[in-house]
Amino acid sequence: MKESPDYARDLIEIRSMMERSTKFLSLSGLAGVMAGIYALSGAWISYQVLDFNPTGLADSTISAEPLSPTLLRVVLIAIAVLILALGTAVFLSWKKASKSGEKLWNATTRRVINAMAIPLVAGGLLIVAMIAKGLTGFMAPFSLLFYGLALYNASKFTYEEVKYMGLIEIALGLFSSYYIEYGTLCWAIGFGGVHIIYGIYLHYKYEKSENIN
Amino acid sequence: MKISINGLHKAFESRTRLGIMSVLAVNDKLDFNSLKDYFNITDGKLASQLKVLEKEGFIGVKKSFIGRKPNTKYFMTKAGKKAFNDHLKTLEKLIKSQKQT
Repeated sequence: MKESPDYARDLIEIRSMMERSTKFLSLSGLAGVMAGIYALSGAWISYQVLDFNPTGLADSTISAEPLSPTLLRVVLIAIAVLILALGTAVFLSWKKASKSGEKLWNATTRRVINAMAIPLVAGGLLIVAMIAKGLTGFMAPFSLLFYGLALYNASKFTYEEVKYMGLIEIALGLFSSYYIEYGTLCWAIGFGGVHIIYGIYLHYKYEKSENIN
Repeated sequence: MKISINGLHKAFESRTRLGIMSVLAVNDKLDFNSLKDYFNITDGKLASQLKVLEKEGFIGVKKSFIGRKPNTKYFMTKAGKKAFNDHLKTLEKLIKSQKQT
């Protein structure tokens, strides 16, 4: 038997194993900030350069034909923002995981992805259907709403703050479903502002303290 | 395996075995590879530690096939849960008594 067994370390180890095996903690705050910046740029280009701001469900300026050049560009910008944000998040999470000697792709990661994928795919398909029917005004509100549901659903497997982030996105989505004219603004707040604020908050709360320890 | 003088179960003296129990306490079922992600040891070492816990009756093993690949899932038994909880309580008590002296 050991001379002076360190019981406290045993307990710390047990706690950390439980946490590591149930929570996805490789989420990087910086990824949130970057995603926010991409989203704000995307929203700015759509609004300022392409003058895209539906004021009604089926905006008369763009829905005359289902796939007008403006709408097509806006959809392409949205997809580009999504790919850039996801790419940055995966890359930074991978870096964070390998720094703490963990594998990014483990049982917990799979759980988070599963929890997010179902609301996101359902919402994505619904938005495609809406665009096909010319209801472009619902693009921004519904993407906020389903993203919020995905975050809320995934929050039990990661930082608790993600739950409140999800609720904020849901609220913004519901608000802009009624006040369609604020859709682009709410989208910029939800995907831009909220991501940046939460990214900075998570970075200072979890990553700074890890460096000190 | 016996309980040692300080009231701690000998099965939990190894950090790896304690780790396996911690992970299985909060996850319903995990296969070998998922389990391996949390430990920095070889397949053989992990397998032998799992075997110890299995013999003790603390964890159960469920073998099945995914396609043609064998898939082994591990889970905590009732006896394992009780032993693990007792172990945690004993640890707490020992820490308290250590602080007092």
